[in-house]
Amino acid sequence: MEAQRPKAFGEPTDPDIDLSAPVPAPGTSRRGGPARGQGQILAAVAVGGAIGAAARYGASLLWPTPADGFPWTTFAVNAVGCAVIGAFMVLITDVWAAHRLVRPFFGTGVLGGFTTFSTYAVDIERLAGGGHARMGLAYLALTLIAALAAVWSGVWTTRRLVAWRRA
Amino acid sequence: MNWLFVITGAMIGAPLRYLTDRAVQRRHDTVFPWGTFTVNVVGSLILGVLAGAATAGAASSSTQLFLGTGLCGALTTYSTFSYETLRLAEEGAGFYAVANALGSVAASLGAAFAGVAVAEAIWL
Repeated sequence: MEAQRPKAFGEPTDPDIDLSAPVPAPGTSRRGGPARGQGQILAAVAVGGAIGAAARYGASLLWPTPADGFPWTTFAVNAVGCAVIGAFMVLITDVWAAHRLVRPFFGTGVLGGFTTFSTYAVDIERLAGGGHARMGLAYLALTLIAALAAVWSGVWTTRRLVAWRRA
Repeated sequence: MNWLFVITGAMIGAPLRYLTDRAVQRRHDTVFPWGTFTVNVVGSLILGVLAGAATAGAASSSTQLFLGTGLCGALTTYSTFSYETLRLAEEGAGFYAVANALGSVAASLGAAFAGVAVAEAIWL
């Protein structure tokens, strides 16, 4: 698949990695060098991921889903995470010149660790295998629609708020 | 103790997603988010195997918390997936956006079914 990268808005396509960030040449780098910078990013992602996953685990303990029930907790976790990343990416790109570890920590780590695709896929398999194929199909479609609507709402609302504050 | 399993797994899974995304995205110059696609499919496959093993009684609850809730949960992501899909649509790459949304769901679901089937073949 080949396509150029058109720029309609300022935000990057990939929120997890910043390939446009210059990698300092060996010997001319900042203090500590690129290896240290990479280590800091990995640490930020790991700590953020632990916080996000712990929050998701906590939600599953607070609102447990019965084995053959609609997975509302994972559904809500994913929808909330999508709304937040939409708002976060607009803020961090257009408003807030944040520290370089904020995006790896919160976007890649916390939100990436909070939301989950594997549990979504396996829960659909479990529902289908347990004789609840229609519920599984409904869960499949509803999560996808809710997630895309949530990320769109997060981006749109935040852009409007930013424009309103600047007007 | 349960929290420790989840946190340890996530501290491996989240950086693994970051490193995989970087490695995959550097290999090509397309707008299609193959990196996120890859981690979501691989994570769904592993969790499928784990779910099958758990049904067969071959996976302890600590293994499920570490590998499933922690590692696979943090390795895969819905937030980055949906954000990348939205950005593709906004940038005029509507076909890629639809392909990413439907392709990710179909491939991850296929991986989950395949994982469960593999586990049942091994442990049942």
